[in-house]
Amino acid sequence: MYNFEFTKPTTIADAVAALKADEAQALGGGQTLLPTMKQRLAAPSSLVSLTAIPEMQGVCMSDANEVCVGGATPHASVAIHAATMFPALAALANRIGDPAVRNRGTVGGSLANNDPSACYPAAALGTGATIKTNTREIAADDYFQGMFTTALEDGEIITEVRFPVPEKANYQKFVQPASRFALVGVFVAKYADGARVAVTGASSDGVFRWAEAEAALSADFSAGALAGLAVPGGDMISDLHGSGEYRAHLVKVMTGRAVTAAA
Amino acid sequence: MTKVTMTVNGKSVSADSEARTLLSEFLREGLRLTGTHVGCDTSQCGACVVHVDGLAVKSCTVLAQDVAGAEVRTIEGMANADGSLGVIQQAFQDHHGLQCGFCTPGMVMTAASLLKDNPKPTEHEVREYLEGNICRCTGYHNIVKAIMAASGQDVSAIAAE
Ligand SMILES: Cc1cc2nc3c(=O)[nH]c(=O)nc-3n(C[C@H](O)[C@H](O)[C@H](O)COP(=O)(O)OP(=O)(O)OC[C@H]3O[C@@H](n4cnc5c(N)ncnc54)[C@H](O)[C@@H]3O)c2cc1C
Ligand code: FES
Ligand code: FES
Repeated sequence: MYNFEFTKPTTIADAVAALKADEAQALGGGQTLLPTMKQRLAAPSSLVSLTAIPEMQGVCMSDANEVCVGGATPHASVAIHAATMFPALAALANRIGDPAVRNRGTVGGSLANNDPSACYPAAALGTGATIKTNTREIAADDYFQGMFTTALEDGEIITEVRFPVPEKANYQKFVQPASRFALVGVFVAKYADGARVAVTGASSDGVFRWAEAEAALSADFSAGALAGLAVPGGDMISDLHGSGEYRAHLVKVMTGRAVTAAA
Repeated sequence: MTKVTMTVNGKSVSADSEARTLLSEFLREGLRLTGTHVGCDTSQCGACVVHVDGLAVKSCTVLAQDVAGAEVRTIEGMANADGSLGVIQQAFQDHHGLQCGFCTPGMVMTAASLLKDNPKPTEHEVREYLEGNICRCTGYHNIVKAIMAASGQDVSAIAAE
């Protein structure tokens, strides 16, 4: 990897100022960015570590019944601290990669990267989360803009993510065992005003909502309600791990399992 | 170059480090603690696992400067004070949990982290926790057995394979 300047500010304001430098980039847990830099697919001239900013750490419950996760909170911490507030979210965090990855990787890094096979995008879209940055609040429905693409501007940092707590929810991940990412992952959530279904790992447009399943589950929240649905269309990822048809089929199977397991 | 200081295996140490110096390089090249192995350097194999402030991390995927000031524990810090093998290390020897030994430092550090949070794991929990540690030799069976034994559980029912 090419060398760079390194800074580790302790406030959001200082991080935002440091990110104004030419070709500066935020560093979360580094579990994606450092491997990318080793391959020289990224070569920022400075890295601004976000891991020493107390305002961006931790998990809490808001008055509006949302779980609020600081943008630099590692997956392992969400797995522990969200366990009673929002078990499905904690369980999702607890199955990302492996224990060492979970001790470093952060929710902000995962959402900023928006890998088409990542887990957190499914939780954010599947709950209609709010992504809070240093300048604004972005609804999950407006945030994800295709694989590795988001609504974030240059130098904008995710300071907090707020996940509305559903009545019932579950995330089913069909693991791709070599990468440990999701071959297909489905997050299902039931709210008083209807169900949401977000799918990761399947589409070459990245995470998406499966509208037909949402309509069916909003009328009848049971796996049986999915029976008559066609598998989702769209541009499915097709690679050596699975064809597009296989992934589309898995989406339906995993959605059914998630509904059955939702608690 | 910046002088980076941290506590490694209970001793305060420092070495020169570039911004891009990985914790694995800092330990191996800066401090000559070569017990931490680099198997893949792509965050996949877990041979490089060490503890930073009590948490298992892949030292090939952490910048040394990002953990300046931290408490780091490596495989060199796992033996008893008198130099004899620690409980997990001894169990690996007793149960044939290593062959070439390349993955072993990461396996032992990961096992130590598991047993700290979950002193009596089930066999399934051990296998899940080792998700990020790859071994090319043993087939994992004896590694799992060694970790179960290190937790004080009876492993006589786990047949050798
Ligand atoms: C072996 C392995 C297995 C994995 N398995 C999974 C898996 O199963 N599921 C899964 O979802 N992920 C998985 N990951 C990815 C992991 O979750 C990463 O931690 C995550 O994608 C990136 O988070 P990070 O904090 O490490 O970000 P970094 O690598 O530090 O950064 C990633 C990108 O986000 C930007 N960034 C970081 N933080 C912020 C912020 N707060 N605001 C704005 N931009 C920011 C950086 O500039 C960079 O562009 C795996 C990784 C590895 C190495
Ligand atoms: S050397 Fe770090 S994970 Fe393989
Ligand atoms: S003993 Fe050889 S890699 Fe595990």
